[in-house]
Amino acid sequence: MSDGVAAVSKFLTWSVVDGPGNRFVLFLQGCNYRCVTCHNPHTIGVCSDCGTCVAVCPSGALSRTSRKVVHDPGVCIACDSCLAACPTRANPMVRRMTVEDVLVLLRRNAPFLNGLTVSGGEATLQLDFLIDLFTAIRAAPELAHLTLFIDSNGHLPVDGWRRVLALTDGVMLDIKAFDADRHRRLTGVDNDLSLASARLLATVGKLHELRFLLIPGETDRPEEIAALAALARELGPQTRLRLNAFQQHGVRGPAAGWPKMPRDGLEAAAVALRAAGIAEVAVPSVWLP
Amino acid sequence: MTETLSQLRRIAQNPTLSFKQKAHALAVEAENMLPYVLLDAETRAALDTRVICDMYEGHAPYKPRYVLPDYEVVLRNGSEHLELPKPETLDEAISTLQIAYHHVPSVTGMPVFIGHLDALLLPFCNGVSDDDLYRKIKLFWRYIDRVLPDAFLHADIGPTDNRVARTILRVDAELKQVAPNLTFLYDPEVSGEAMLRLCTDNIIACSKPHIANHPVHREVFDEPGYAIVSCYNALPLRGGAATLARVNLKKVAEASTSEADFLEVQLPRYVNLNARLMRARLDYLFRQSGFFDGNFLVEEGWIDKDRFTAMFGIFAMAEAVNHLQDLAGRPGRYGHDAAANAIGHRISERLADLVAHEPMEHVWRGVAMLHAQAGLSSDAGTTPGVRIPYGSEPDPVSHVQALLPHHQHYLSGVSEILTLDETVRANPEAVFQLAKGALQLGFREFTANVAGNDLVRVTGFMIRLSDVKLYNAAKGSRVNTTALGAEAADTVHILARKPRVVGLELMAGSSV
Ligand code: SF4
Ligand code: SF4
Repeated sequence: MSDGVAAVSKFLTWSVVDGPGNRFVLFLQGCNYRCVTCHNPHTIGVCSDCGTCVAVCPSGALSRTSRKVVHDPGVCIACDSCLAACPTRANPMVRRMTVEDVLVLLRRNAPFLNGLTVSGGEATLQLDFLIDLFTAIRAAPELAHLTLFIDSNGHLPVDGWRRVLALTDGVMLDIKAFDADRHRRLTGVDNDLSLASARLLATVGKLHELRFLLIPGETDRPEEIAALAALARELGPQTRLRLNAFQQHGVRGPAAGWPKMPRDGLEAAAVALRAAGIAEVAVPSVWLP
Repeated sequence: MTETLSQLRRIAQNPTLSFKQKAHALAVEAENMLPYVLLDAETRAALDTRVICDMYEGHAPYKPRYVLPDYEVVLRNGSEHLELPKPETLDEAISTLQIAYHHVPSVTGMPVFIGHLDALLLPFCNGVSDDDLYRKIKLFWRYIDRVLPDAFLHADIGPTDNRVARTILRVDAELKQVAPNLTFLYDPEVSGEAMLRLCTDNIIACSKPHIANHPVHREVFDEPGYAIVSCYNALPLRGGAATLARVNLKKVAEASTSEADFLEVQLPRYVNLNARLMRARLDYLFRQSGFFDGNFLVEEGWIDKDRFTAMFGIFAMAEAVNHLQDLAGRPGRYGHDAAANAIGHRISERLADLVAHEPMEHVWRGVAMLHAQAGLSSDAGTTPGVRIPYGSEPDPVSHVQALLPHHQHYLSGVSEILTLDETVRANPEAVFQLAKGALQLGFREFTANVAGNDLVRVTGFMIRLSDVKLYNAAKGSRVNTTALGAEAADTVHILARKPRVVGLELMAGSSV
């Protein structure tokens, strides 16, 4: 996707968990990881217009034109049946938005916003759009107070980061696992790019937060926590860590049957990390019953 | 008569009411044994079907609904009637106020306004150390909550950033009491952003204060200004509101055949009937009740007979708009759909115009002030004021955007309660930005509850969730408004509000 158009699965005008202050969040469609634990799996695929979902839509919001599957938001009842039916984890409700479309929304909500966070899917898969969007925002005086963040899995080569970092205030980077085999098993991809991204971002002072999802029996193991502590120490004392807890909510496939991460286990990991000298370790502020 | 007697007996024997609460409830019943103020037949019929509603204020209005004394008068002069000398020290000033509160009538039997406390007390604070100030405010705060335990009771602070206001915010966050309810009058030119941030941090701690848009309110009122009282009513200081009657917009919509019929025929008709109801009640209060005659509050200048407005309330905007959408065969719902929201905005604009053309004798400036009324605990199937129905609110930013165009029309107050989920605790900057944005765009007042706080707003006043639980277990509560909260929670599902609560004014007649 380029030419100033992005595939957007969703946007929010109010988010307090995607960086400092209230943030406009743009979720871009499509991901280069295949995480078994993904809680938004319908953001992974890109629609092939196969039409499978059209038949299951109860409200007639989906239709086929000659080539495309078209979604009518005026009729949609947000039942998500189409998401469950899609064989490629895509989403027929994805909309194409131009840079100007996003600017209109940002301008309308600017007094309420501290910034914009582009998330996904994987935000950096639509790097050209990101660059066009950030450039346009930087050129708009009425949006000058917004900080620009990217939420990423880090699967972007150094050269890619170099194109966008000058425009970016901060990156929230997810590390999925340290053990190479485990990372491949959990995400389908190697973690070398992700780890290199962490080091690059820390070096240039753009690593806002390192995020780590604790999965029982996988990433909560002592060797994973120790590797996380070692990386955080290497990146410098200012590194902020955020621990997230695996939940089954939204997960599809075998991981839907995995146990959720217990609170005491997560808090024990936080204690171990603080003891290892990491000053700022954030834990979930709300636990679902 | 037997029905009345058994109602009196029910009150006398109610195990959950205190002696004082019983006395007040019995007085309300006694007033209602008198004949109703004289109404014409058409107005009577609209009242009987509750298309218009007198808030069950009582059959013979013998006191104004809300009284906002200018407490500066008693601090400056003392009171001859109360045999109080002019106070000289902070202790004397606080003591004088505490005495004054007991002489202020209102619909709830407790004062709904206890003063612009920082402005009142600052002149007495020279030479008082920060630590002494903190201790004295803390005692004062405890006194208010224990002796005048009514969540309609309201203190104002601001717009300046000063040590009394800061101390009050500190004590309020620390004690997390139901009373007093608190409003900060915010003026970006005067208060400064540090003060706004202190207020939004307090909201995260205890869902208080409410933040009023001072420049927007100030231009509505003349000297000596206004105060925010009770459930976020903006009223003339040294006066108040003589009465409040309201129109049920849902019922008006149900009587209409289309939006055009609603706007051009039915709404004008019921606005006129509600105005007639108000005039009859005003006439009784000002010409027959004798309230203002020989009243020391008037004679000493605490209040001025010419500074009482009348509040023209409306509620159930959401249900009215959705009904008109149904009539037009459109699916969009109020709060979520641009076309539905636009109908709502047209209704508010029309209301403001109609109310401005219903002259009323006795009241400040000769016309009533439009008010988005927050509801009674007995309201079922209707949403307070212009609010978006409980449980279906959009995110806070979309919420503010949807309601913003209404605010310019509701000169005596429109309160929306934004419910924020608990994750904002970790991100206080977001609450600050939300408040700042809302006020900057012209929201008259910013009010928020944070989920997980024990202290929450029920349609305008504060309650403790733990008190509601106790009350429902029939143990009674020390705080007057808990009964309302419990009743409202059961009747109007307000605790279902996403994720928690609301704001209102509740309860037939007055508070029991
Ligand atoms: S969303 Fe999925 S099922 Fe629907 S057309 Fe696209 S690829 Fe096919
Ligand atoms: S969510 Fe999907 S299936 Fe459901 S109504 Fe909307 S388009 Fe149709």
